[in-house]
This record gives sequence, C-alpha cells and structure tokens, in this order.
Amino acid sequence: MELYEQTIHDLQGQLQARQVSSVEITNSFLNRIESTDPSINAFITVTKEQALLDAAAADQRIASGDCSPLTGIPVALKDIFLTEGVRTTCASKMLDNFIAPYDATAWARMKSQGAVLLGKLNQDEFAMGSSCENSAFGPTRNPWNREHIPGGSSGGSAAAIAAQQAVATLGTDTGGSIRQPASHCGCVGLKPTYGRVSRYGVIAYASSLDQVGPMTRDVTDAALLLRVIAGHDPKDSTSVDCPVPDYMAALKQGVKGLKIGLPKEYFIEGLDPDVQRAMDQAIAVYRQLGAEFVEVSLPHTNYAVATYYLIATAEASSNLARYEGVRFGHRAKESSGLIDLMMQSRSEGFGAEVKRRIMLGTYALSSGYYDAYYIKAQKVRTLIQQDFIEAFKSVDLLLTPVAPTPAFKIGEKTADPLQMYLSDIFTIPVNLAGICGISVPAGISANGLPIGLQLLGRPFGEESILRAAFDFEQATQWHTKKAAL
Amino acid sequence: MKFQPVIGLEVHVQLKTDSKIFCGCSTRFGAEPNLNTCPVCLALPGALPVLNQKVVEFAIMAGLATNCSITPTNIFARKNYFYPDLPKGYQISQFDLPICLAGHLDIAVGDQTKRIGITRIHMEEDAGKLVHGQGGGSGVDLNRAGTPLLEVVSEPDMRTADEAVAYLKKLYQIVTYLGICDGNMEEGSFRCDANISVMPVGSDTFGTRAEIKNVNSFKFVKAAIEYEISRQCELIEDGGKVVQETRLFDPNKGVTRSMRGKEEAHDYRYFPDPDLVPVVISNDWIKRVKGDLPELPETKFNRFLTDYSLPEYDADVLTSSRPLADYFEQCAQSCNNAKSAANWIMGELTRSLNDNGIAVEKSPVSPVQLADLIKLIDGGTISGTIAKKVFEELWKNGGEAAAIVEQQGLAQVSDTGAIETAIDQIMAANMGQVEEYRGGKDKVFGFFVGQVMKAMKGKANPAVVNDLLKQKLAG
Amino acid sequence: MSINQHEIEHVAKLARLSLRDDEKQLFTGQMEAILAYVETLNELNTDGISPTSHAVPMENAFRPDCVTPSIGHDRALANAPDKNETYFRVPPVIE
Repeated sequence: MELYEQTIHDLQGQLQARQVSSVEITNSFLNRIESTDPSINAFITVTKEQALLDAAAADQRIASGDCSPLTGIPVALKDIFLTEGVRTTCASKMLDNFIAPYDATAWARMKSQGAVLLGKLNQDEFAMGSSCENSAFGPTRNPWNREHIPGGSSGGSAAAIAAQQAVATLGTDTGGSIRQPASHCGCVGLKPTYGRVSRYGVIAYASSLDQVGPMTRDVTDAALLLRVIAGHDPKDSTSVDCPVPDYMAALKQGVKGLKIGLPKEYFIEGLDPDVQRAMDQAIAVYRQLGAEFVEVSLPHTNYAVATYYLIATAEASSNLARYEGVRFGHRAKESSGLIDLMMQSRSEGFGAEVKRRIMLGTYALSSGYYDAYYIKAQKVRTLIQQDFIEAFKSVDLLLTPVAPTPAFKIGEKTADPLQMYLSDIFTIPVNLAGICGISVPAGISANGLPIGLQLLGRPFGEESILRAAFDFEQATQWHTKKAAL
Repeated sequence: MKFQPVIGLEVHVQLKTDSKIFCGCSTRFGAEPNLNTCPVCLALPGALPVLNQKVVEFAIMAGLATNCSITPTNIFARKNYFYPDLPKGYQISQFDLPICLAGHLDIAVGDQTKRIGITRIHMEEDAGKLVHGQGGGSGVDLNRAGTPLLEVVSEPDMRTADEAVAYLKKLYQIVTYLGICDGNMEEGSFRCDANISVMPVGSDTFGTRAEIKNVNSFKFVKAAIEYEISRQCELIEDGGKVVQETRLFDPNKGVTRSMRGKEEAHDYRYFPDPDLVPVVISNDWIKRVKGDLPELPETKFNRFLTDYSLPEYDADVLTSSRPLADYFEQCAQSCNNAKSAANWIMGELTRSLNDNGIAVEKSPVSPVQLADLIKLIDGGTISGTIAKKVFEELWKNGGEAAAIVEQQGLAQVSDTGAIETAIDQIMAANMGQVEEYRGGKDKVFGFFVGQVMKAMKGKANPAVVNDLLKQKLAG
Repeated sequence: MSINQHEIEHVAKLARLSLRDDEKQLFTGQMEAILAYVETLNELNTDGISPTSHAVPMENAFRPDCVTPSIGHDRALANAPDKNETYFRVPPVIE
C-alpha cells in the first residue's frame, strides 16, 4: 500500500518504529497532489518547501524520542484557518494576497505536535455554499466523479482525503459544511459540539454556528485528531472549559444496548432511493450489533433552513464588515473618496453568493425588520433546540441521512440559491441546536457516488457518536472504498 | 416669547485599565501610531474578543456611586456602521440591558439641591483615530481602538448651561474619586456630547433637539450650550424650525456648526454579539465591589466638617479631588492642626502647584514635610513669615523643615536678653517716637515692632517682642 | 414579503456594496424568493418563547486586566494595501 493511502494511526506506528520518515511520507503526498490536483483543484496553496522543512524537523524530533500522535503527519487545512506566514484566502479575491500574521488555535495545537502542513484547501468563499463552486479559485471536483461537486463548504478538505492528497484535514461546519462534503466524498467528517474546539483564528462566517472539526479517512483518525484540537482556549470566549475525554478509549465501547432514534422528519418522501437503501442497510447493521431503534420526532425540522438563513446571514453581514480595503485585503484601484473606496473594494472583492448573503443578513437586521426576521428566527431556533433536547430524553443517539441525495452535478443548482440552501436540510438543525454530529461512509449510489450516514449526539456527546461510528465502520468497511483516479 | 432650554448629556468616560477592553494591548496614550495593536484590535480575520473583567468591575463601581441599579445579566451588542477608524465595521457596545440603569446625581443650584437623573451607563469600546494630512491622504491609527469606555447618559433634566456644568463636574469628581478614570480631558478621557432643545416657558412638550458632539472641557461645554440655546431661540423667533441634527462646537469661534451632509441616516442594526457570552453579575459580586468602594466626595465632605472641624468652604475645596483630600488628611493627621494644614494647602501649596502646573500627587513638598513645617510654627520655633521662606526652600530643594531652619539659622529668638538689647538700642536711636508713644500715640507701636524685627532679621519671637516693647515703652 | 429595487439599493448602501444593475435585478428576484420562503416561520406561534443566541449556555468568560505584547508595526502593517510611516493610509477625509 502506498504511503498516501494510509491513515494517521497506520503512519504513526511506522514513524515511531522508524520504518518510514516524515520526509518520505510528505514527499509521497506532495507527489500525489502534483499528479492529481490539476483535475481535482482541492488546493488553493501548496506549501511544498515549508512542508519538507517541517517534515525534516519532525524526523529529528522523532529521532530524539519525542513523538506525539501528529508528529510528522502531513495534513492540509481549509483555507479558512489562519496559518502564520502562509497565504490565507478563504477562497475570496478579497484575501487573495493576505498572509496570515498568526496561527488559528486548532492549527497551533496540531503544529505544536509536529504536524506537517501540505497546503491550504479550496472551499466556498467565506464558507458560504454547499458545493465548493463559490470559490474565487474555481470549483473543486469530486474525486469519485469529476462532473460532480464534492460538497461544501469544506469541499477541498473532503476531496483531498478522497483523492488521497492528505492524511487528514480540518474543515469548518456552520450548516453542514464538514458533514455534507464528507458524505459526498466518502470520508469521515465530525462536527463537534459548539464550544468544543476554539474558533480563534478561523475566519468567521456565522459566529454562533461555526465549529471546527476533523475530516479523516476513518473514525479512529477523527477521534485522534479531535483529541488534539479540542479544549478550552482563553482566546475564544465561546470555547467551553470542560475536560477533553480520551476519545480513542471511547471507540472500543461498542453500541450494544444503545438506543438510537430515527427522526421521522428525516425519512421523507423524496429522499433519494439510494440514500434510503443505505440508511435501511445501516439500521440493519446496527440491529445486528445490538443497538435498539425507536422512532422520534423533531417537529420543527422544516423550519430549520429558513431559521438558519436568517441567523447565519445576519451574523455574516456584520462579520464581513471588516473587509473594506483599509488594513488588509483587496483595495479597489479606482475610487472617488473614502466611502467609495470601501464600496468598490467590497464589490470587487466579494463573489456573488457572499454579496447575496450580506444583503439578506443586512436586510434581516435592518430597522423595521429586526423583530420580524432576526428575533423570530432566534425564537424558532429555541424550538428546534428543544426538539433535540426532547428526543435525547429517550434515545442516546439519532441516526439520519446527511443529505437527501448524493453529490449533484457541478452547475446543477447554481442558478437557484434557494434549492441549494434546501439541500442542507438534514445538517442545518444540528448547528442551530449546537449539538455534535458525524458523517461516516455508508454506501455507494448506483452511479458510483458515496453516501454518508449521520449520527447525532447530545452536547459534548462526541464519545458516543464516535463509538457508534467506529462499530459501524468495523462492521461494514465502506471507508476502505476508494475513488478511482 | 420666553424659552425654556432642556439639556441632556452623554458622557464618555475612558476607563483607567492597563489593557484594552477585549484584548491585552496597552491603553497607554501617546504611543507611536499602531504600536499598541494586535489581531483583535486590528480586527484581523479570525480574531475574537475576550472581555477584560476589570471593565465590568469599574462599571459596577460607577453604577453604585451614581445610585443606579446593576443589571444582573448583561449582553454585548454590535453597533454596525462603517468608518475607517472602526476596524471591525461594528462597535461592541451594549444596547438592551445596559449594566447600570436609573440612577441620579444631586447638584447644587444656588442654595438648592437639584436631582439629575441618570438614564443608563453602558460599557463599550472606543474607536481608533483618523489623522488628516498623511502623505496626500488620511492616516488610520488604531492605538485607541478597543480602549474601554463607559457611556453615561443623563435624563434631559438640566435647564441651564450652569446646571449642565455642575452635573458634569460632579460626575467627573466621582469617576476620578473612584479611580476608574484618569480624568485627563485633553487626552479625551472624559468627553461630552450635549443634547439641547428649547420649548416655550410653560410648555410640557420638548422641542426638537440638536446634539453637540465632543465638547471636551467644562468651559467649552458652557460656551457651546449657551451658544446653542441662543441659536435655537433666535431661530424660532425668526419663524424658523430647529432640525434634529448633529452639530460640532468650534471652540475658536465659540459657535456650533451643522455636520449635515456628511452624515447619512444611520441604521445601526444592533444585535447580540455572538462572539461574547452573557456577563452575569451576582449579588455577591456587587457586595464585594461595594465593600471596596472608596469614600465618595459627599461623604468625605461631611466627615471633614465633623472630624476636622473645618469650615464648609475649606471642606469643599479640599474634597474637590481625591489626591488633594488625601494630601490634606495626611498632613492634618501628621501635624495635628487641621485648620493650619487647610490654610497652607489652600494657600502656599496650591499657589505653587498652579504656578508650576504640577498635580498635587506629584507635589515636591510631601504632606509630611508640610506637616513638619506647621509643627515648627505651632511650637514657636519659627514665625509664619519665616515658614514661607522655609516652604520655598522645601519646594526648591527638598529636605526637612527643621534642618533647613537650623542650617540657615532661621529659628526664632525668644531669648529676652538679645531682644531687650535690640529694643534698648532702637529706643535710644528714636527718642522722638518714644515720646510720641508715651504721649498717647499708640500707632507708633507698630513702628517699633517693625524696627526690632528688622534688627533681629525677622527671627525674633513676635509675642516676646510685643511683651518686652510694651514694658519698656511704658517706661 | 416582497422587496423592491429601491429597498435593495438602500440595503446595499447600508452594507457598503455597490451593485451593478444586473446584480440588483438578480438579487431582487432571488431575495424575494428567499424571503417568501422565510415567511413559513410565521406559521409558528412563538409568543413567550425566548430567543436563543447561543445553543450552548455559557457566561462570564473574562480575561484579567494584564497587558500582553502587541504584534508590532511590521506585522500590524504587513497586509496594508497602502501605508504612510506607521499609519494605514486612506483617501483624504474632508472635515
């Protein structure tokens, strides 16, 4: 097996046993990126030289007996994470030339263990999108079928795993941006509970919904990586100060006796038959493993998309006000004064979807509409959260599809933003409720595209979703299926 | 027509913390442009605010000292607007539920006390500075961005410029007493916006108000308000209408000017800042802050009347600022002569401080040094006149009063022998005046005192001189 | 709720976006569709429901009043599109 096909836990063992060096592993991935990325476009920036220097440093560290779980492991990050000295664009023309002057906390924690950065990954601009088509650097293609989208917004992070261009990546999830691309690309994607991972140094889209999470080849790697990045950060007021459990230990606990809820609002007519079949098979697998199923109801599910698009765009309209061409970022060449400079810089620097969401959010907050839109949405958010609290009174986990269909075709939904938004119906409620969720590979569609299964847990219940995901993975081996490139 | 002005004030109090409200950058004034900055106050992508706990403590102190109720659950909100000195494109402030609500201050109006309502006090961050004429453009300096502020909003309870100034001075005294503001008005630590309207006397409907921005000295506040009142009155008398607008005071010309045209209608789109979590203030926390509150001016004033038996005037002057009051107390306790300490502080010390532009807390003569000097007077070692010389010496070169008196031989002579010799000589040389005195012309007595003191180089004990002169002149 | 081009222009101004005519037209239609969809929220009675700002309840995240090192001029100004000495430079603001 090639080095680039392996997992963190495989490579870690070999590194520790000095069977392979980080430089060899890193070269293997850099070559893989060079040969495959022209047809995938998962990377915005490849940091080849620095990666090799860091790999050599990691090798020295290992030689001196200092080996942490990520020492010498080559990873890549969604281009939404600030990486000191490395260009950080958020897939926007606005930040085309922005060199980050500091590291995001999640990345800093990986870096301090000696992880090697291969580069920065494509995404929807400012994480606004479900298809990775809204990028100033062109769309990323699905490695399983290049006519299709890889999902979004962390499309590059998922595609890079599927194309075996990195062992693991980090994504961010505001309304499904980790889980949906993981599902579409056949990898594991975990959205932790809001507050579990620091948002410091992550370019904000919707601050009350954004959360950082790992995207990996298997569940073990997700547990391993989450343990590194999770935990309180004094630089993020919304990061929660509670202990980080040993997620690896949790994997072994099995699902026997667990009560899993099936929310009836998620198993609807119109669900793609391949997706329905994958869910039915998954339920059968879990039954065999000893889990018990009950139907539950999350009655406000259908209001989640509307709620999300009001809250997320309102927060975004304010979060993106700092991009006006004064201190950093794109500045228009021609302008007739200060106000015009700001307007022109913003109009040139932002893409259409970003402008659309800024407009919608500004409108939702504006005088006369605030109560009708923003406050109303926050109240419905309460109802959606209560749905989950109620459901978790009788079950340990929820099992749902990640998306109603496998990855759609590039260009299929770009003309109709609302249709695009509605494709996130199964992932959005999770962010509104702040709970955790994981997407694991659970099947392949008739036309050869991966299908993901979503497991949802209580706030800070990452251990339970990881252990259920791990058991499923061990029983099915969907995660070993690879895209033919 | 007679008009009744209505005035409300919004005061921005810069808090005396070491670091900014949402990041660890220094709040020090006068650094090189953009030196005191970091990802948070530069509003770089990905940076997040974390609240400085001291800002909350200071806000609670201000609320307690102005008789406000403290809001148990506080939310920070974003006030959205674009300006180059506002790096995030929004200011983090409070909107609903400010930390302090419904307080008041009592001011003196003539012989009466008037209560001025305080609507609210909220916490917020300051913006940066836009500097004009920077190489063909304007320069943005973000050193001040993120400096903690309290905005204190009064009720429209004031009716004259003097009331407004009295309220401002009272508020200023309180925040400086609390030690939460350095009170440096030139550096913008205490800034005032005034809302002014006029209505016909007897009316109970307020007129349309104008907001006068950034009036940064007590003198300018008075001038700006008086100008604005007369402007509005004249405007209405001439058949015009006051428009609701923001105006700037021009201190050079003493007029207010419309900012119209440069301002568009604002829609600040306030909403709760999702990067910050609620600040919950428990009763225990409030109790703790209350327990640590320093003595406030009013309490101190009353205590000075009773503890030191000072006249009201002295107590008022000496409690005008906390450092002055502290100076007085140390001095009075050290010399055990409060009235004399008060006189010296309000006289020689204040004069010297003012002449040299020195704040009392930096006085070259310490309270203990001054107390020692007063003790020398009280003990009869030196006269008041000599004491002034010793004070000058202390001011210039420091040292101890007693040592100066000894080194320079300034001690009073109470030795009757030396004084008698001098009196005899002077009487012998001025027999004419002696006769005049003995003939009933008492006024000549002063002449002899002067001559004796002159002969003794001012060091003779005046009481002894008086006694001996009376004896000898009587023959 | 429908939104007209005039409102679109007002919102664009608030958001400091200068939209081309074709963008204005496109956004008017799209926002109208989205806002119509959002209307579905009014089917729900939310009287007496308190709004949720954060799903995970948190309070009192503070830092002590300690000065930490600033990042220095070089890093502060490194990404500036234009600067003069240690100022960020912008077109003149006329007072």
